[in-house]
Amino acid sequence: MEPFLRMDRFPHIWCPGCGIGTVVTCFADALKKGAFDLDRVAVVSGIGCSGRVAGYIKLDSFHTTHGRPIPFATGLHLSNRKLKVVVISGDGDLIAIGGNHFIHAARRNVDLTVICINNFNYAMTGGQVGPGTPVSALSTTTPFGNFEHPFNLPALAASSGAVYVARWTSLHVRRLTNSILEALTKPGFTFVEVIAPCPTLYTRRNKLGTSIEVLGSYRDNCEIRHGADPSTVDITFGGKIVIGKFVDVAGKPTFLESLDAAMQRALGKEYGLGKDYYMRSAGQRALVDREARHD
Amino acid sequence: MKASPEGVLTGAHYLDGDHACAEGALAAGCRFFAGYPITPSTEIAERIARRFPKVGGVFIQMEDEMASMAAILGAAWGGVKAMTCTSGPGFSLMMENIGLGIMMEVPCVVANVQRGGPSTGLPTMVGQQDMMQARWGSHGDYGIIALSPNSPQECFNRTIQAFNLSEKYRVPVLVMMDECVGHMTEKVVIPEPDEIEVVPRRLSPLPPGEYLPYAANGDKVPDMVTAGEGYRIHTTGLTHDERGYPVMTAEAQDKLVRRLRAKIDDNAGKIHDYECKRLDEADVVVVSYGITSRVARAAIDAALDDGLRVGEIRLITVWPFPSGLIRDLAARTKAFVVPEINLGQIVLEVERAAAGGARTISVTHAGGWVHDPQTIYHAIREGLRGNGAPRKPARKPRKEKQP
Repeated sequence: MEPFLRMDRFPHIWCPGCGIGTVVTCFADALKKGAFDLDRVAVVSGIGCSGRVAGYIKLDSFHTTHGRPIPFATGLHLSNRKLKVVVISGDGDLIAIGGNHFIHAARRNVDLTVICINNFNYAMTGGQVGPGTPVSALSTTTPFGNFEHPFNLPALAASSGAVYVARWTSLHVRRLTNSILEALTKPGFTFVEVIAPCPTLYTRRNKLGTSIEVLGSYRDNCEIRHGADPSTVDITFGGKIVIGKFVDVAGKPTFLESLDAAMQRALGKEYGLGKDYYMRSAGQRALVDREARHD
Repeated sequence: MKASPEGVLTGAHYLDGDHACAEGALAAGCRFFAGYPITPSTEIAERIARRFPKVGGVFIQMEDEMASMAAILGAAWGGVKAMTCTSGPGFSLMMENIGLGIMMEVPCVVANVQRGGPSTGLPTMVGQQDMMQARWGSHGDYGIIALSPNSPQECFNRTIQAFNLSEKYRVPVLVMMDECVGHMTEKVVIPEPDEIEVVPRRLSPLPPGEYLPYAANGDKVPDMVTAGEGYRIHTTGLTHDERGYPVMTAEAQDKLVRRLRAKIDDNAGKIHDYECKRLDEADVVVVSYGITSRVARAAIDAALDDGLRVGEIRLITVWPFPSGLIRDLAARTKAFVVPEINLGQIVLEVERAAAGGARTISVTHAGGWVHDPQTIYHAIREGLRGNGAPRKPARKPRKEKQP
């Protein structure tokens, strides 16, 4: 793991029993399995417990503002096509405050992999209700039980245009790793939701037991149903959690593929792509030299 | 270094300020633009959308202004020069990520074509009401650079200057246009590429392993790298140390925030740009910026015709504010007259810098149109009456008779 982590930043801030570290491990394993050039992988996070992932991963890593990792990552990707850009953040960050960015990046099919760690609450701020909190669950701001309908994240991603949608839990490390690898390898907007325990705030308040017991409930309560219609995978309090790979669309052009095709159609040879303009036009000879060294 | 020829539309053109701003960005080497349509700035985005594909730039219309601002920060880290444009309500939405740009020290440019506010206000009509927001709109303490062009030619020139300053000081630079300047059409001369000076990114010469992302140089600005070069940097909006790692202490906060202020304040002498006329023997000095500097022309000319000794300062750099210039002048002039299309914003800075040494007269306008030059003329006359009186608004123009 060490090559993937900023060991000089440990110990990390996550609580004992938190699921986020497991996701980091699975992500690192997926990078290793896929033999990615780690100099060309960037991680962008937002704010919250999951937002801290960027801080511990030893890649080019950006800890941005609340809800904005996806547009930040969009700019990073579109300005530097050689980068593989991954967004790792939480459900509050990506789906509530960043929900608009999430659906629009999926609609455009920007080539990003988005890993959303869903722990059913805002944990960094002390356990408030989130956009994925199941109905009747307790949080500090739903002291009498949540009465709002939560988002079904896979359905939201799929209906917005994501080309790859999967959901796993932090118990399913092997499948999660493979799924992240698939998502990283597939061009376009790929989305992996990971259900993870928040033992300090969510599971304790809701009397769901220790993290080990929560992982046990994932084992007992999860049903793997590949290809399930995403609209049927809602999560209810204490109910069955449907996991698996729900969407894997082939052949949908990415944002940049669509852009390039449209411009080439309209402008032909006038379209200024592939001339390594970015570097030259910005007047960055040093950067061009470094690029040459790299290739 | 000189501008790359691909983006430079050399020649004499008939352009409005928005289009000239777009051409300035192209000439400066901007190759990423993310924006959201808003009157009266949209023409900047429209021209860039048309021009970028042929020069290898990427234009993207985002879902909102928060996304636009976040995207240009990401793009800057990706290695390109990036900008966005907006107007009042969108400027408010960008403040969050302008703060991130300040904290991460990201070179980028934001053009704000000001309209009347607050809120939706006067979407198609002029204002200069975001001048204080430009300085203090994002939360926390920081230094910022804002420029104010007063013609389409200046929109071209100052946008290049904005990119150059942003690269030099690693800070978002705000081009504070206004609806009049953005929508007026005039002759704009775009020089040959080798006559346009552009500042390249200050990339670190150090190899990965030795490079510290936030170790500042003598000018208090750290060198930058680009994502994907093997540096494996971390950067965050949290208070951080030289490695870019979060440090939650008062000491780290003090060190970082003071440097973010100092890198602008201590270099202010090099950043400042203003036009001065007849300051040596002036009894009254008119301080203005943007379109108002051109409206004030008529008033100043009339006063000069009357034999009054009127000096002029046109602020090009509005932030950092040239306090020293005003302070020195306050010792030997009677009054400053400050017309602006707001109810008194930059006048507060003039008054602060003058520190009671000279009278400060605010000539206000709530927005929607430019001043009647008469009101500025009357304020000049009033300023001549002497020193020491408290600041009060210039005499109101006579009310028009109802038809």
